[in-house]
Amino acid sequence: MKLFKKKNYIPIGRNIPRSNTAEKSAKPEMGVDEPIIPDGMWVKCRHCGGLVYKKEMDEFEICPKCGGHFRISAKNRIKITCDEGTFEEFDADMVSKNPIGYPDYDKLIQKMQQKTEIKEAVVTGMCKINGYKTVIAVMDSNFMMASMGSVVGEKITRAIERATQMDLPIIIFTASGGARMQEGIISLMQMAKTSAAVRKHSDKGLLYVSVMTDPTTGGVSASFANLGDIILAEPKAIIGFAGRRVIEGTINEKLPDDFQSAEFQLKHGFVDKIVNRKDIKEALSVILKFHSKKEAAFNGQGF
Amino acid sequence: MGRAFDILSKSRMVSRPSSLEFIEAIFDDFFELHGDRHFEDDLAMVGGIASINEIPVTVIGIQKGHSVKENVSRRFGSPNPEGYRKVIRLMEQAEKFKRPVIEFINTSGAYPGKGAEQRGQGEAIAKCLYVSAGLKTPVISIFIGEGGSGGAIAMAAGDRVWMLENGMYAVLSPEGFASILWRDPSRSSEAAELMKITAEDLIKNGVIEKIIPEPEEGIENNPEYTFNILKDELIKEINILRNKPIDQLLSERYARFRKFGEFEE
Ligand SMILES: [Zn+2]
Repeated sequence: MKLFKKKNYIPIGRNIPRSNTAEKSAKPEMGVDEPIIPDGMWVKCRHCGGLVYKKEMDEFEICPKCGGHFRISAKNRIKITCDEGTFEEFDADMVSKNPIGYPDYDKLIQKMQQKTEIKEAVVTGMCKINGYKTVIAVMDSNFMMASMGSVVGEKITRAIERATQMDLPIIIFTASGGARMQEGIISLMQMAKTSAAVRKHSDKGLLYVSVMTDPTTGGVSASFANLGDIILAEPKAIIGFAGRRVIEGTINEKLPDDFQSAEFQLKHGFVDKIVNRKDIKEALSVILKFHSKKEAAFNGQGF
Repeated sequence: MGRAFDILSKSRMVSRPSSLEFIEAIFDDFFELHGDRHFEDDLAMVGGIASINEIPVTVIGIQKGHSVKENVSRRFGSPNPEGYRKVIRLMEQAEKFKRPVIEFINTSGAYPGKGAEQRGQGEAIAKCLYVSAGLKTPVISIFIGEGGSGGAIAMAAGDRVWMLENGMYAVLSPEGFASILWRDPSRSSEAAELMKITAEDLIKNGVIEKIIPEPEEGIENNPEYTFNILKDELIKEINILRNKPIDQLLSERYARFRKFGEFEE
């Protein structure tokens, strides 16, 4: 849908990564960021500009210098969010076809799969969070900036539908540069498909918590990401519909630095709470607890 | 210049009739309603009550202007969040009074502005999709010109989606596609062909159900030709849809969008 301003973290030692050629050719195609934390390397924090040795960072991948949140893989997100050993993955092997015959789309996907060790840009499944059972979906911005095509749309939709069938809440960690342009109009259709699934889940009285992470933009921001009963966001995450450069070009004006940040969205009323990554599991379990009782306080027949 | 690019150019012609002309010509007694009841009235989005064949309906449309002045006030047909919230308001009103909803789409996309972001463009479009999905009254959408991105699908999430012969619908503009993916805006004609944006392409993959023909001499020269055909089709379709049990209508609407996706497992 639109591209995101190139982020500022520059991995050092670019000659080392295992899939060097894949990254080189993927970069101009996609205009997406470099992998965030290549194995055993220094990374530059996009928040403070400081160089951080990866091993200095704990499992939360937060900058020890400024507290800025690095983009985290779906796998690591699941590790810090789900109770140990409780995550059961759905649809792990689903892969995209090439709906418009975009040149070398299959090769691009394969390169991304090698780079990220996941098949597509979202990982879905069922887990427990501090004992509370829930369906969970985690988008991974390392995979083609988690753009939404057929597979992302289908896996998210199935996860929501399973939650609906099983009377479970759903938690979605959103991250996306927007629609998967290489799939043409079918990628746009995923917006209507996922939103309709949220509607059914909601109509059954079930809880949906959206956790917006960096970046949540374009078609994902204009569909399920913004439909949570409760919307959390990570500090400084970029959240918005149109790309900053597109807006600047349209209005012929430089936008302030905090434009489309999580803090900006909180101020304008589109986010319920900004939660530090270290506290997200606890926040989710508190929310799940509030919604876990089968008997509501008000049953429609008087208290 | 390829066929798709030729259609793209036609879909954008300033002389092409926009929503208000369709509404005035096809419906009787159009009574325009303004405002989203939250912030302001978005002139890029028009809507109100009208009747067709004596059946009251809610009509909504994205309005491009025909002059520079009109285009400035209507933001060249790129709605702000208030436009989408007007759609939501009018859809819910239609549901309350059991009126079918007819939506006309003609936009290059939702407006990428500072205020639009401050007031939740993403949320407004998402909510449009959410409300459409469960709306207990029939919804028919017609692409009459340009149909770009999230700002278009927000109004095309109902029971039927039709397109004029020279309309188009795409995830982003072919110019944007070429410059983002190929770093070469001059390849936009090639992008237009590849992206499958024309009515003929879109009927094949089920994105639209019907193509409304345009006259050989050009719709700008003989709009009545298309207005008449569309009016007849709408009367027929409204009668079919409003006689369906609401549960069936909603489950068919869900299935309509549920099917999109090309993957293997
Ligand atoms: Zn830092």
